[in-house]
Order: sequence, then structure tokens, then C-alpha cells
Amino acid sequence: MAAAEASSLRVREVRKSFPAPDNPLTRRLALDAVSVSLAAGELVSLVGPSGCGKSTLLRLIAGLDLPDSGELLIGSEPINAPSAERGLVFQDPNLFPWLTVRRNIQAGLVARGVLHENRHEVDEFMRLVGLEGFANAYPHHLSGGMAQRVALARALINHPRVLLLDEPLGALDAFTRMRMQDEVLRLWQARRTTMLLVTHDIDEAIYMSDRIVIMTQRPGRIERTIRIELDRPRDRSSSDFLRLRGEILELLHFAGSALADSKN
Amino acid sequence: MLQGEGIRRGEEVSLSSLEVEPPAPAVEPRARIVSSRAVTAKSSPPLLTLLALPLATSIALAIHFLVSKSEPPPETHSYTLFLCGVLAAGIVMTLMQIWWPGLRRWMRDMCPIFAAAVLLMSVWEIITSGLRLLPLPYFPSPAGVLQSLVNDRALLFDSTWHSLILLLSGYALGVLSGLISGICIGWFSPARYWGMPVLKVIGPIPATAWIPLAMVVSPSAVFSAAALIALAVWFPVTMLTASGISNTRASYLDVARTLGAGPAYLIFRVAIPAAIPSIFIGLFMGLGASFLTLVVAETVGVKSGLGWYVSWAQGWAEYGKVFAALIIMAAFFSTIMTVLFKVRDRVLVWQKGMIKW
Repeated sequence: MAAAEASSLRVREVRKSFPAPDNPLTRRLALDAVSVSLAAGELVSLVGPSGCGKSTLLRLIAGLDLPDSGELLIGSEPINAPSAERGLVFQDPNLFPWLTVRRNIQAGLVARGVLHENRHEVDEFMRLVGLEGFANAYPHHLSGGMAQRVALARALINHPRVLLLDEPLGALDAFTRMRMQDEVLRLWQARRTTMLLVTHDIDEAIYMSDRIVIMTQRPGRIERTIRIELDRPRDRSSSDFLRLRGEILELLHFAGSALADSKN
Repeated sequence: MLQGEGIRRGEEVSLSSLEVEPPAPAVEPRARIVSSRAVTAKSSPPLLTLLALPLATSIALAIHFLVSKSEPPPETHSYTLFLCGVLAAGIVMTLMQIWWPGLRRWMRDMCPIFAAAVLLMSVWEIITSGLRLLPLPYFPSPAGVLQSLVNDRALLFDSTWHSLILLLSGYALGVLSGLISGICIGWFSPARYWGMPVLKVIGPIPATAWIPLAMVVSPSAVFSAAALIALAVWFPVTMLTASGISNTRASYLDVARTLGAGPAYLIFRVAIPAAIPSIFIGLFMGLGASFLTLVVAETVGVKSGLGWYVSWAQGWAEYGKVFAALIIMAAFFSTIMTVLFKVRDRVLVWQKGMIKW
């Protein structure tokens, strides 16, 4: 129970502003009193119109930026710096191009100075993401899907308590994307890591997550949270799935009414 | 003459039909067997390409015998031997490539260039010994230059050795200090604040402009020359290293930090590898600057080396020796350049297919 508690994530009343791009003397609020919690082992999606602060929230949780006010807790510890306990995967795999696939995957072990005692895990993780044959390939030889699998393995090898995914499948074609969704689900079910997934794709959110958190735009606020009760593996064409999809689209349209207004 | 790999069948036919050499059509049946897509390693290059070097050398020899009648024989002896050597090498290679595909590939690339070089020497000989269009003693014939090179080989070798030592010590010192200051300026903002103005003000002064001052300050000419070369190298290496480090993609650093990286990992395993392509541009620019500074420093201060040799030979009006030293310099500098290119290709193997310079 204590271990499970340790990988829960709580975000309480977080505000974050940035200098406005048009006038650096003023600041623009990106996140306004955002609160969200993830139970240990939960997979939650964050959807919303672009510019609603999803990536900002993820960077705050990763510890790459600090909030203006509010509290971020992992277990019971506050987050104030990046740590290997919170893995982050971007839309661009951001593999180090000067390292081979194997060395990219073991980068986290090298960075923490624990490569020697965990060397066996490198092979294990390469098998886990199906890249045994590519150990010595350089990233520019990999396809988008393969590169993203390496990025996942690189984040997972540190056994993070929370894995943050910032549109990790956004740059992939539709077929690779669906295969990778299953892949991520398989990794999640095998390791029960707490995952927070930012996505633009409502189907992806419904297909994968336990809960969907819908955000509004500028400043970013939590609009609504929807629990997905469908059994896994989920059928993308079932009537329940499509009904949920319709509901969320409706909500997003409602949530994005400011956008619709500005178009008129 | 220049037949690259990408050339197509039709062009080849029209090209060879323009030539008067009869052997060209003889190669046609063999070449036609090979499909046009597979024209890579295995197909044999046109006979004309293979024979380009022997042909050009024969022409050069003929011109040499015609032209050098007016010259004293000992002056032209080594050039005759040289051309005969090239001719023999060309014929041997043409025979050997029949069994050695690697050599064939290399010859397909290089034979036209070598042939052109030999023909260029003939043109030079015609202009100098033949038609005497250029004033002597400033423009000796290739035979005269080669003779000077052979006669003075001991001193030339010694000069090259001294230049190499001076160049390498200065370059190594400059690269080392450039890398250190570049990394500091690129990574630490206080170093950037204080270092950048120094770099911007001191850096653009050509290192050779310091020579008068260096002569006064330093204990020996060789020492000051090495320091000047180091200074010439230091500026571009620092500049490009600093810019490479500070332009490291922020997302690489973010990823590394979420993987648990500390400052040492971020500098040595992320920022520096990311800056390596930029650092190599600095190394190349620094190498060019070091050649310049080396020659100037040797001309005005240091009493050894190729730069000194050139000005010394010029003082005696021995222009054959001047040209001989220039040829040695060309070979010397381009060899060092090639070594640096090879090093870069090895280090940047992860970039293969991405760099084009």
C-alpha cells in the first residue's frame, strides 16, 4: 500500500504564467488553479485545444519548470527539480543522435551512475520494445515508430514512479499509431506505472485511459473529468466507444466555444 | 574525359565517338551486358579512363623530349625519370585492375584527375622551357623544379620536419585552450558575460599582427611562433565551440535531466557531443589560420621550416627551390587537412548521410 501510495500524483491549485510574447513586461497566465490527482498505477489522458497548457502542466510535473503558486506532490514529496522518478517522453523522440540505440536506452543508467549493476536490464528493455536487432543502429536509421519505442524504453529503464507522455504518438501515421497505442498499453499493464498522457486524439484518449481530463484554453483550467468504464481491450467501433466519443466532442465544442466565437 | 559514375550509356557512346582513339568501341560489348542500373562497382570503366594516365604521360614525355633539347641534360634527368615512373605505374595499374576491383573503382575516380595533372605539367613545360614566355629565373620549368627538389632534399626534409613540429605544437595548444574556453563560455553564463567581449575584441585581430610584439616579449622565436599559431587557432575553435554548446537543443537537456542527469553528464555527455559538428568547423577554420600563421612566422622570425626555406631560396634567386618548397607545402598541408577530415568522419559517424561539407 505504501509503495502504491508513493507513485500517486497530486497537483493542487497550480498557477503558472509566462512573459507575453507580444509584450514582455506583462505576463500571461498559462495555467489557472489547476488541480488533478492520479492514483498509483492509473492511466489518465489530458485533452484540450492546443495552447491550453497541457504541455506546461507536464513540464511542471516533470520538474523542468516551477509553478508560480500551488503544490505538486508525488506520493508525499513535493516536486521541485527534475528526477529520474518522473520519466518524460515527447512527441519528438529526442533520442541522442550521437548514441546508438543501446546507448540511448542505457543513458538513464549512465546518468545515475548505476549502469554496472543494472546492465542486464538494457537487454531486457530492448526486448520489451522489440528492438533487439537494432542495438548498434544510430537514431537516424530508425523509423518514427521505432524511435519512439526507444524513447519509451529509455524512460522506462529508470523504473519511474510516473511516466509523462507529451503527445508521444502525435507524429506517427495512423497505423503505426494504433500499434503503438497497444504497445504502450502492454507496457503499462506489465509495469503498472502511473501514466499521464497528453494527446490531441480523442480516440486515443478513450482507447487508452482510465480517466480523461478535459482542459479549457487560455488560461488553462480543468473543465471536466470523465471516467472510462469500458473493459480492455477496447473496441474502437463499439457503440459505447462511439457514444463516449460523441459526448467528449460535444464537451470539447462546448469547452472550445471561445474558439468558435472568435471564428464567427 | 571526366566520366563520373552517373554518366549514362548514350552520353558515353557520343563521348567516345568524338575521340580519335580506336580502342573505345572495343569496350562496348562488355559494358552492354551490365544493366544500366548496376553500373556500380563491378562494371568496368571505359578503356579511355583506364588508359588516361599512360596516354597523358606519353604525351608529356614526347613534349619533354622535344622541348628539353635546349636544356643541359643533368637539369632534366630527374624529370625524365619521374615521367617514366608515372608511365610505368600507370601501365602496371591498368593491368592490375583486371584482377583487383578495388583498384578499378579507385582508378575510375582518380585517373582523369592524374592525367589532367600530368597534362598541366606539360603545358607548364611548353610555356617555360619551350616557348620561354615567362621570364627566368622566376619561372623555371617543371624539370628544373624537380631537379631542385631532388638536389636539396635533405634541407627540404629538415624544414618540413621543423614546420611539422611547430605547427602541431601550436595547433594542439590552440585547440586545447580553445576547447576549454569555448566550453566555459558556451555553458556558464558568467564566463559568457566576461569572456564574450574579450573574444569579440581580441579574436578578430589576425595572429600575424602580433608578431612585432611577440618578438620582443618572448624568450625565443620558436616559442613565440608556437604561441601565435595557438592564438590563431584559439579564436575560431573557441567561437564555434561556444556557439555549438550554447545552441544545444533544449529538449536534449530536458530529456537528460528527466533521466536523472547531473551537471557533469549534461556538459560532457549531452552538450559537448551535440556541439561536435560545430567544433569541427572551428577545428578546420583554425587549421587554415594555423597554416597561414606558420608560414608568416617562419618567414619573418623563425630560422627554420618551409616558410623560412622559401624566403631563403628567394634571397638567392633560386626560384626552382621556391617552387619545390611550395609543392612540398601543398602536399604537407593537404595531408594534414585530409587527416583531420578522416578524424571527423570517424567521430561523426552518427551523422553519416546528414553532413554535406
